Amino acid sequence: MIAEIGLAALWLAAALAVLQLAGGLAALRAGENSDIAALTRPAAVLQGGLVAIAFAMLLWVFAITDLSVKLVAMNSHTAKPLIFKLSGAWGNHEGSMLLWVTVMALAGALIAGIERRLPEKTMQATLAAQGFVALGFYAFLLLSSNPFERLPEPALEGLGLNPLLQDIGLALHPPTLYFGYVGLSVAFSFAVGALVTRNVTPDFARAMRPWILGAWVFLTLGITAGSYWAYYELGWGGYWFWDPVENASLMPWLAATALLHSASVLASRDALRVWTIMLGVVAFSMSMLGTFLVRSGILTSVHAFAVDPERGSFILFLLALYIGGALLLFALRAGTISEGERFSIASREGALVVNNVMLSAILAVVLLGTLYPLLTEAFDVRVSVGPPYFNPVSAVFVFPMLAVMAVGPLLRWRRDSWSRVSKEMALTVALLLVALVIFGVVSQVALLPLLGLSFAIALGVASFLPLRGRSLRRVPIAVWGMVIAHFGLAVALLGMASESAFSTERLAALAEGERTSVGPWAVELQAVEPVAGPNWTAMAARMEVSYDGGKPIEIEPQSRNFWAPAQQTTESVLVTRWNGQLYAVVGSSSNDGRWQVRLWWKPLVTLIWYGGLLVALGGILALIGRVRTDLKRRTAARKGAARRLEMEKIS
Amino acid sequence: MKGLFALIAMMIALPVAAQQSVPPAPYAYRQLEDPVLEAEAQELMETLRCLKCQSQSIADSDAAMAGDMRHQVRIRIASGESPEEVRSWLVERYGDYVSYEPVLSTRTWPLFAVPVILVLVAGMLFWRRFRRRG
Repeated sequence: MIAEIGLAALWLAAALAVLQLAGGLAALRAGENSDIAALTRPAAVLQGGLVAIAFAMLLWVFAITDLSVKLVAMNSHTAKPLIFKLSGAWGNHEGSMLLWVTVMALAGALIAGIERRLPEKTMQATLAAQGFVALGFYAFLLLSSNPFERLPEPALEGLGLNPLLQDIGLALHPPTLYFGYVGLSVAFSFAVGALVTRNVTPDFARAMRPWILGAWVFLTLGITAGSYWAYYELGWGGYWFWDPVENASLMPWLAATALLHSASVLASRDALRVWTIMLGVVAFSMSMLGTFLVRSGILTSVHAFAVDPERGSFILFLLALYIGGALLLFALRAGTISEGERFSIASREGALVVNNVMLSAILAVVLLGTLYPLLTEAFDVRVSVGPPYFNPVSAVFVFPMLAVMAVGPLLRWRRDSWSRVSKEMALTVALLLVALVIFGVVSQVALLPLLGLSFAIALGVASFLPLRGRSLRRVPIAVWGMVIAHFGLAVALLGMASESAFSTERLAALAEGERTSVGPWAVELQAVEPVAGPNWTAMAARMEVSYDGGKPIEIEPQSRNFWAPAQQTTESVLVTRWNGQLYAVVGSSSNDGRWQVRLWWKPLVTLIWYGGLLVALGGILALIGRVRTDLKRRTAARKGAARRLEMEKIS
Repeated sequence: MKGLFALIAMMIALPVAAQQSVPPAPYAYRQLEDPVLEAEAQELMETLRCLKCQSQSIADSDAAMAGDMRHQVRIRIASGESPEEVRSWLVERYGDYVSYEPVLSTRTWPLFAVPVILVLVAGMLFWRRFRRRG
């Protein structure tokens, strides 16, 4: 019964999405006072409620482990802890797509309920676009991925008890990215609404901005967390491999970053109208593409995709429909939108345009490198594109972007002169050159890490320069957000460059009692003992490690064997100091009783993720600042209107 | 008691261990004595695909085949071959797919043409937008 309520709610929500679309279209044709147009907003709000009910029903069947529901039987188990039963609801294809539409419908309900800044016609078009996108996902869920499908005979026990997937990080990672993708879909709907009604205004940018910021924060957190997970879990100390799944989350982030900056220019200066619309379309396209790459199975092999193409084809169809439709609309309408205010290159807008072009170029490189192998594989030519391609090619665009990032925030809007900021520029360039000499000539670092280290140091200092000569208490929260996000990027870059330039590795075969060293660490393998967990056995290597002759620390990396399903994993141990991490892994034993030990000393590596967190924090501060300003503005407008009314009454 | 449980558990896990009874090649998990050669080998291994894995280089995979390939790379580097010679030997054996570093060829030229076009387009955009103001 519970599952049927969920399914019914989902069908009703789909019907309301049709109504939302029809209402919005009617408003565009007959004016926003037509009868059906009055239903658009209520339809969106009610739809949000219904989908929330559907998702709650899914959580419920997972909570009580209703084994007559196919999805539960396939992905859950009565013996799971409750938290993993619940997270299991979205840890699979159908459930995650339901989560996607739930978040999307709630976002639609929110804008339908509270967004009243824009002309009603634009809002109607926005909601129509939102309904249209949602409708595609409802169709996908109901026709090819029904999460509430029943089994003819209830299963005796569920299948899903893979211990490796019972990890709180893995439970939270996909929803984080989905929130980001959905936020970008809302921004896309706004862009379509503005484009259809030819109403690309600063107000439109202000209405769209919180959604972009929110999406961007979630994407930043999702990428940071995913990278750290790969780092500690896979046991080889790599944190980013330009893997297609990683790229699928990076591409929307790049587009969202460009969109965010472009929308800021539009909101404050009424410039870059066409750019903002285009980036809105691109950002959503990238999140659709990300979903397609991850969900369709195309990544394992183009041929695997061709064997079971139903779902993949459906997503591919949606992808073509939305991206193609949006690009067509853009091509037809872009010519009718004027570019907006002009500005000179030595201005805040000028710097932002340069950076948006750079971000778009990086995005194009990542997109090309990700899709090209898939494309050639379809013609039976297999090529691999990896770090040796992505690192140098994206660097061509990244470093100019970082240089502009250091200077741009110092410039005034519209027109400024280089001489006004010459002191700050000289300081930044001097820092850059000193760092280049120290790391390049003295420590002989290779080119890319060398540039990374030097730019990170220069940018790290430069990112605080916009605060110079200002009373820190009066600096708006949004400006703090910018400063912290830019500084965070410099911090992350310093971590990456340092990891690449200064990491040391030691592979050793040690007998009990033997010693080795890695970087400044002395390591002694004391004993290797068997230990047992609830569903695994392991060999635990007790090691004593000490940094530079300091106090020894005892660590116990393990090599684990799970028996259902049979799988060997390594449990690495990380010893974190302020200046880096020791990464220790124990492998298997050789015939002479020695144990393979893998050790890394990675100076400043943790900065990569601290930097990512700072970037996200910057986004959160900017979001708080913007929403507060909007609320104040709204209250002021309401008070002004009330006073005018009063004055009229009196007179 | 815990020890006994562990012992039983080990016996159950024995079939897993038995599958891996062939010891890995000597240089799969051992570094070269010469740090310069080892650095060369390491740099090369990070750009070679583990053919049994999904998106991993042989430098960070536990797969047996990746271990064998690491061994091959290390002994060839140690015997004086240059990294590019080792790479082309592996490409000859396994095809372009094994190398994460695409080389310019009739099959890969778009990977190199597109970034050049991007630089040109970016330059043109800036020139058009900013030429009239000094």
